[in-house]
Order: sequence, then C-alpha cells, then structure tokens
Amino acid sequence: MENITIKINGMQVSAPKGSTILEAARLAHIEIPTLCYLKEINEIAACRICVVEVKGAKSLVASCVYPINEGMEVWTNTPKVLDSRKKTLQLILSNHNRSCLSCVRSGNCELQKLCKDLKVDNEALYDGEKTPSEIDFSAAHMLRDNSKCILCRRCSAVCEKVQGIGVIGANERGFATFIGSAFDMGLGETSCVSCGQCIAVCPTGALSEKDSTDAVFAAIADPSKHVIVQTAPAVRAALGEAFGLPIGTNVEGKMVAALRRLGFEKVFDTDFSADLTIMEEAHEFLDRVQNGGVLPMITSCSPGWIKYCEHYFPEMTENLSSCKSPQQMFGAIAKSYYAEKMGWDAKDIVSVSVMPCTAKKFEIGRKDQAANGVPDVDFVLTTRELARMIERTGMQFLALPEEEYDLPLGIDSGAAVIFGATGGVMEAALRTAVETLSGEELPSVDFTEVRGTQGIKEATYQVAGMDVKVAVASGLKNAKELLENVKSGKASYHFIEIMGCPGGCVNGGGQPQQPASVRNTVDIRALRAKVLYDADANNPIRKSHENPAIKELYATYLGEPGSEKAHHLLHTSYVKRRINEI
Amino acid sequence: MYRSHVLVCGGTGCTSSGSQQIIDTLQKELEKVGLQDEVSVVQTGCHGLCALGPIMIVYPDASFYSMVKVEDIPEIVSEHLLKGRVVTRLLYKETVSASGIKSLSDTDFYKKQHRIALRNCGVINPEVIEEYIGTGGYAALGKVLTEMTPDDVIQTILDSGLRGRGGGGFPTGLKWKLTKQNQADQKYVCCNADEGDPGAFMDRSILEGDPHAVLEAMAIAGYAVGANQGYIYVRAEYPIAVDRLRIAINQAREAELLGKDIFGSGFDFDIDLRLGAGAFVCGEETALMTSIEGNRGEPRPRPPFPAQKGLFQKPTLLNNVETYANIPQIILNGAEWFASMGTEKSKGTKVFALGGKINNTGLVEIPMGTTLRTVIEEIGGGIPNGKKFKAAQTGGPSGGCIPAEHFDVPIDYDNLIAIGSMMGSGGLIVLDEDDCMVDIAKFFLEFTVDESCGKCTPCRIGTKRMLEILTKITKGQATMEDLDRLEQLCYYIKENSACALGQTAPNPVLSTLHYFRDEYLAHIQDKTCPAGVCKALLSYHIDADKCKGCTLCARNCPNNAIIGSVKNPHIIDQEKCIKCGACMEKCRFGAIYKK
Repeated sequence: MENITIKINGMQVSAPKGSTILEAARLAHIEIPTLCYLKEINEIAACRICVVEVKGAKSLVASCVYPINEGMEVWTNTPKVLDSRKKTLQLILSNHNRSCLSCVRSGNCELQKLCKDLKVDNEALYDGEKTPSEIDFSAAHMLRDNSKCILCRRCSAVCEKVQGIGVIGANERGFATFIGSAFDMGLGETSCVSCGQCIAVCPTGALSEKDSTDAVFAAIADPSKHVIVQTAPAVRAALGEAFGLPIGTNVEGKMVAALRRLGFEKVFDTDFSADLTIMEEAHEFLDRVQNGGVLPMITSCSPGWIKYCEHYFPEMTENLSSCKSPQQMFGAIAKSYYAEKMGWDAKDIVSVSVMPCTAKKFEIGRKDQAANGVPDVDFVLTTRELARMIERTGMQFLALPEEEYDLPLGIDSGAAVIFGATGGVMEAALRTAVETLSGEELPSVDFTEVRGTQGIKEATYQVAGMDVKVAVASGLKNAKELLENVKSGKASYHFIEIMGCPGGCVNGGGQPQQPASVRNTVDIRALRAKVLYDADANNPIRKSHENPAIKELYATYLGEPGSEKAHHLLHTSYVKRRINEI
Repeated sequence: MYRSHVLVCGGTGCTSSGSQQIIDTLQKELEKVGLQDEVSVVQTGCHGLCALGPIMIVYPDASFYSMVKVEDIPEIVSEHLLKGRVVTRLLYKETVSASGIKSLSDTDFYKKQHRIALRNCGVINPEVIEEYIGTGGYAALGKVLTEMTPDDVIQTILDSGLRGRGGGGFPTGLKWKLTKQNQADQKYVCCNADEGDPGAFMDRSILEGDPHAVLEAMAIAGYAVGANQGYIYVRAEYPIAVDRLRIAINQAREAELLGKDIFGSGFDFDIDLRLGAGAFVCGEETALMTSIEGNRGEPRPRPPFPAQKGLFQKPTLLNNVETYANIPQIILNGAEWFASMGTEKSKGTKVFALGGKINNTGLVEIPMGTTLRTVIEEIGGGIPNGKKFKAAQTGGPSGGCIPAEHFDVPIDYDNLIAIGSMMGSGGLIVLDEDDCMVDIAKFFLEFTVDESCGKCTPCRIGTKRMLEILTKITKGQATMEDLDRLEQLCYYIKENSACALGQTAPNPVLSTLHYFRDEYLAHIQDKTCPAGVCKALLSYHIDADKCKGCTLCARNCPNNAIIGSVKNPHIIDQEKCIKCGACMEKCRFGAIYKK
C-alpha cells in the first residue's frame, strides 16, 4: 500500500494513501474528538466536532472524512479549532435536555465527556428555543427521548447500513429536524425488529431500553414470590466493562455473586437451556432431513432475527426451527419441571432473565410463549440494567467473590456458552447432530469454519455419507443477502444459523455501550467472543447431549427430544407480518 | 404567410396577471373580424419587463403594449390589427415620443442590455422546436458533433472564460475538463434548475422561454465530457417550465436531436426530468444529486467532488440553467466573441432579477462590468417616489448588501466578493431609506433557518440562534453582549458549516454589520429603528396642530385605539395601538407620524 507523508501539528506523519486526516492523526497518537463518526457506518461529517485546520483550505475541514494528500499540513489543536469545537458543543447543549445528573447515560455519555474535555464552561451560552419533542414509548423494548438527541444519526445509519432495515431516519428539516419513523409512526408500529443496535451506538441518553429494574426490585421485595434469574452466555463476557474492566473479561463468578446479593432466590444459567435447545433443534433438523421437511432449517434463538424474518421474509417462516429460544425454554422448564421439583406453584415464580439483547423484551410478550398458562419469562433485564442494579445497591462489584450457579439449572456444556457468538449455535448443533447421525464420537469438537466475526460464513461437512451444507450469518443486512441467495437458488444449504446482531449476542443491543472511539478502533465482538470460546475450551463437557442435567431432564420429565411434552413446553409458532405492519 | 404576428408573454409573471385569457380573447376577437388566418398569435417566454405585464408586441411594427387588459383586446384588434392604427394610449409610455414610436430596443430598459442567455426569451414560441431551429438552434450541436473533438469543445469553453452562473462562479470549462478526465463506465450531465434564491427567476424564464437552448447545451456537454445521460433537476413549483421542458424533450427526441446516434455521429444522449420538492438546499450540488438518487436532499462531504464521484457515485457534470444557455452561442460565435464582453476575470453577460424599490422590476441581462448605477438608475428606471437609495442586496440569502458608496463598482464575481457580497444566482433587490438593514438581515436569515437541511450542527442550531439574537435586536431587547455573540456566531458558522448554504448564511448579517453597524447600535443602545420598520421600536402619534378632528382615523382603527371627539385633536392610546399604520394611511392632513 502506497504511503503518503503529511504534517500534523508540525510533525511528519506517514499514512496509507486513502486514509482520512482522523486516521493519519491516530498514527501520530493524536485522537481527534468525534461525535457522529462511525467507521464505515456513519461517515457524514455532520456534527463538526472533528474539525481541523488545513493549510490552504478556505474553511475548517471535517477530519473524519477528509482524505490526506501528499504534502498536506494539518493543525488539530489551534485556538480556532478548539474554540470551534467548543462552540459546536455549546450549540448542541442549547438544544439539549440537560438533565444530566440523573440521565441513564451520565458518566457514560460521549457528549458529556466532550464537554468536559473541551472545557465547555458556559453550557447555557446559546440557550433559546428548543426543538419540540415527545418521548416515544410505543416500542416494547425501548424508548426514544429526542430532547436528548444530538442528531448525529448514528442510530439511523446503523439501522439502515448494518441491519438493512431503515425504520428510522431524519424527519422535517433545519431546527425542526428529528429522528423518527416514516409518517410519524411510533417505533412500535413499524417493522423495527427490536435489535437495539441503535441504542448501542447512541452517544447520549436519547435511546435506552425500557427499564425493568424497578419492577424486578419490587418482585424481589415481595415475600410471596420466588424470584429466579437466568443469565445468557454473552452477559458474562461484557458485564465487567460497565465496571471498568477491559473488553473481553469473563466475570461469570462475580456476576453470580452479585445476582445472589441482589436477592434472587436462585441464580441459573441460560446455558442450561441452550443445551436443551440443541437437543430439540438437532432432533428437529435430523427429522427434517430424514423425513423431507422444509430445508434449509434456520435457527430461532435470536428474537430480533425472528421478527425480521416475519416482517421481511414472511414466506420463509416455515424454514424457522419451531424451537423456542433458550430464554423461553428456560422459563418454560423453570415454571414446570423445576416448579414441580421445588413444590412451587408456577404462579408464584417470577422468572427474570439477564440478556445482552433488547429484542428479548419483545419476545416475552409474543404469542405462544406461555407454556404453563403464565408467561415463560416475566422480566428481561439487559446487561446494562443489571449493571445499574448492582450500582444502585452499592455493591462493590470488583471486590465480589467468584460464585457458582445454582443447581441443577446452572449446569452447562461448552457447546452452550458459545451460543453467545456468531456460529456458536451452529457449532453446538453440529457437535450433537453429527454424533447422533453417525453414532460415533467426534475426533474433534471444534468446527472452526463457522467461527469468526465475518458477516456470512459457509461450510460443508461430511456426515454419515452425506454432505451437510451449512451457513452462518450475523447482522440482518448479511442475513438478507444470505436469504436472497437462498431464495434465488444461488445458494443452497441444509442448516442456517442467523443472529440479528453483527457478531452475535456478544454484540447485542443490550450490552454495555462502548464509545465510538473504541468501536472505531477495537474489534469488540472478537474480544468478547474469545471469552466464550475460552470458557468452552475449559469446560470438561463440550457437547450438549452430555450435559448431565439435560440427560436427567429428559430421563425424568420430557422423555425424548421432540416428544409431545417437549413440543408443548419448548416449541412455538410464528406470525407472517408485513413491512410496517405489526 | 401572416401579415402580422402578435407576441404575448407566457412567462410566469404575465401568466399570473392573465396573459392566457388575453390570448384566448385575442383569438376570439380575431375570428370575429375574420383575421384568424392572417394574424398569428404567439405565446412566448418572458420579456423581462415583468413590472409592465401582461406584455404584448405586435409585429411587423413592434408596437409594445404593456399592462394589457382583456377589455383592451377588442380595441387593439379592431383598431391596430384590422385598421392598422396603433392604439397609442395602451403602448408602453417610454416608447411613445413626440417624434413617433421608439423601438423597444431603444428604451432605457433594453438599450444597455445584451441578451445572450435570454436571446430567445420573448422572441420565439418555446413550444415549437422549429422556431428554435429557425433562430440557429441546434446548429451548435451539429457543429460540435461533426467538426469538433471533445477536447476542442472544452478548450473553447475554457477560452471563453465562462464561469458558473449559479452562484459560485467556478470556471465552466475547467469543470468540464475535470469531468472528462475521470474515467468511468457511466457519466452524467446534470442541469441545476432548482432556482431557490428569493426573487431570482432567470432560470425559470429561460426554461419557459427557450428550453431547447438548455437541452442543446447539455448534449454538447455530454459529448465533451463523455456522458450519454442527462438529468434536469427542476422545481415542481415551476409548472410552466416543467411543461415546456417536457414538450421540448419530446420534440427533440422526435427530431432525433436527442437519443441514439445524433446527427449520425454515433453519439447518444438523452435527458430526463427530475422534479424537486422545493428545498433550497437541493440547489447545492451534492444535495441535488442525493435528491435525484431518491434520498433526502442533504449535502454530502466533498471530496469526492461530483467530477469524481457524483450522481450514483459516477463522474458528473453539473451546471445551472443560465450557464448552459450561453453554451450554444459560445460554440457558434467563438470563444473570443464571448471573452470580448465583460471584465478581466468575468466574461460575458449576467442576468439579474431586479426587485425591491425599483421602477422596472424584472429580468435584465447586462455585460459583466456594468455598474450598479447603470443597472438601477438607467435600466431599472430608478427608485420610486423619489426615495433615497440605501443599498442593493445581491446574491440572495448567501449574499450581502452593497451600499451607495460602491454605486460605481463594476459588477463582476470578484468585485462583489471584495465588497462583501456575491453574484449568487443574480437576485438584485434595491433597498431605500425606508428599509431597516437589521430587518433585511433578519429576513434573509429567516429564510436560511427555514431552509437549512438540519444535517450539520452549525447551520441547524447556529443559524437559529443568530435569528433569535436578531429578533431580540429588532425588538429592542438586545445588549451589546448579544451583538458580540451574534458576530462570533457568524464567523463560527462560516468556518464550520458542512456546505455552502451554512457557510454563506451569515453573509447578510456580516455585510449589514459592516456597512450599517450604526443601525444595529441604534436598535440596541437607543432602542430605535431609524428606518421606522421594526414595529416594537416605533409608535404612532397624532400632531395636535395638524389634526382637524375629522374622526377618519378613529373610525378606521381596527383596535379602537384612537380617542377624540369631532373637531378636536385626537390621540392614540399606545397601550391599545397595534401599529398597523391604518390611521396614518387614512389621515388626509398628514397629522399622523411614527417615531
């Protein structure tokens, strides 16, 4: 790659041709502040925070998009530049709901940090009329408070460019501009799939999940209830970030300890029901292959993906596995098998889940997700909400001991924990399906072809004399590409795993937010996924069908995978929707 | 053969004042006297002298009837067309002199004009391609395709010194050259017909009066840069222009002047229309292309420039209507001919839309380098009611005000920028002593605030805050700190905005601050509006010495704010007065004044 030499603040810097000033400056260890910029997703130079002086330019230029050229001279910190950035922030603040003290993003707000870094000492300087706005509560999973929106458009860019959905965008113009949906529909009336990627990239408190922490605290305080909790695999890989730990730290033990101290009566692991999902899903897959069922079969763990399929590919809902997601399977088992075991009435159980996901909040309200006449799951907390509950109760998270999950619904296999990374469900299913089909033990349980963070992965495996073609997609724009190839006949597979969020659940919409400066430079998904693959490697049990708690569940309660009882508790149905129709 | 041609203006201005009914009536009257086969009625484009519309010219004698009414038609038909007696009382008064009837081109309005871009406007029927061809139309395209290489064409445009007439003044030939240099499987030629400056309507008039000139020029441009598809982005609010463009495109296709293998040269070129919904920002080149692509019309970062990655990410040439209208003439008459007009760095002519406090409002085309004095006093016929000239606003919301001290500066791109204004698309609004400069700045800023796309922070919020401060000033509520804040915001917004709309938005404020700071100070420090415009700062009073007690004012006051009995001096209750000025207008004794 050809290099170009430029001068930044008087220093010679060599950077690859095609770099932006922002990227070249980074090579010189200068981090130019940004606000709207998301690499390859939102390169629109709208906020003007990243402005720099370029010799010969007639005005300041936006370093995030301005390409370098040979001999260019750039200054990143002149008084004019610093004063301009400060004025930009002051103007943003003049139209910003500055209830920062209690904002959900206080302390983790990119706008707040910039204001401090750039010494915005008079935040009311330009105060005047504010753009009128109302909070949109219409969606099941989140709310939009445009009084805190700074119109960086990161949310709409991620929705359109990463997820390929585009249900939000700029409405009106000028000072009246606001982010919303077409024809002023509430988000809940659109074909938003609830993935929450918009929340994950929002730099301020404009977007947040609907809070369930108060309800959960209230349930815990109710002596007549048995409040139990399950945690999804990806939560342990990211919760630590909310307490300052490096990205990619496994905090499973401390998380369990924290949940116990919050007052949950039992602390369980969604891994358990991930193993259960594999039992049912592998059985369903083999059944479809052997009995001429609809193929390719597509996984159904990701509720964002499910909703996407229902809205945008309704003709393919027959391809979806009828298995409930691990969250819902867990709830159904907790309120039946486990309730009976404990002698509890299902009505007295409050089933809480901690998820890296916002679509899970939508999922619990779906039809056919209440196997025992009560909802399988009552409340979903995102990883962020759990962190807030820990903060609210004054727990010193980092000082907590490492504790173990409760039995028996806390026992897992390595196959279950990798559910949290793209390709994980496929790999777990293959471990079980191949052994079941061939009747022989696998020489190696590692199906590395389906690992990694690329958007679409394909592999073919020889199983009992048959070529099994599989594909894995994460991120809905990738899913769309894959499905269109399937529909057009350009590609054909037997089994497909799709996760709504790019990289899978580790990068879910409910995970702790990382600022753009980190998102643009660090492969967060890979670091978090590594936690899960390490946990898999360190688990003596690597296959779902070897999980002893699962074996016992089938032996004593469910019978065989796909049995009538299993079907009643663990399988569900889908709805054919249309675009912007609920 | 007709013995007489009657040209009736069918531009938007004259159409609004009833020229279509005039044409209908004319045809009926002609039939009544049996002249329908001997007199041809031609609906033309704009003549420019919009203040006198509807306009009608009768050839062969070129009698110029102005402000024609439907009721006048029978007389014109029976007297002039039937009996050959010109109806002198209906003629434009300047054409009537003791020695006879003057030619239109000898009137003050026309004699200093030089019409190149407007040459066919008001002369031909824009809906008949043969009339365009009859005046030399499509000869330039023929010449280009049969005698010139693309490089020859570009060199001719470069040599002519033509600069973009849409506002920026970028050398047109250079733009063509840059677009040609970029290799691609597909290139586009676009025409910016999204004329948005308040008061400017030269592009509309060209499209209405001479649409083929633009089509021909675009085809020439396509040949020069290597594009085979053109798009005209035109405002949907220009229905007459849109209709005539549609007609023109269809006629050109039928005549094989658009389409495949034009003039047997192997060159293909076609043009489609794209209608804009009237957002000012869509006149910005990248926003225009984003809009053509079907997205929300917002500018995108440059580089890459349109010549590199424009419409649909392909190299794209974009010029505005007036720029294109010059092209065929440059090809036919040569670069030297064009370059012989104008000033050192601004060649040719420029069309201005005269508006505001001027007698001859309308459209004029003058050689670059003409002074403001000539435009206003001679061509424009001066300021009505003997009022004193205060400033000329040029360049619309991106421009500035030129005060009397620069009355003799030759108008060209660089001189206007040097004195704090700009050419813009050619709006020229004349302001007199009754205009408040703070109010004028506020007017333009209101426009910008309304038209900001809302993408970048400085323009979206900054211009709004500027407007709030200006509003405070016009209400007498501002402090010197506010003025300081306003000025700082101006410089900040110029430096930091993403596109030209924001970068130039502060210009009306900066230029009025530069030349008329005393007016700002009067509003802030003395709480007065010297021009008596800003309502919050003025009050109406009755001079007891002059008031006869006729009660007319009291009877006309909409808010019963005037107290007094018959034959006794009246007074105005300042609490109730809404400052509408109705009393002052009605008073027959000049007893009411404002201060």
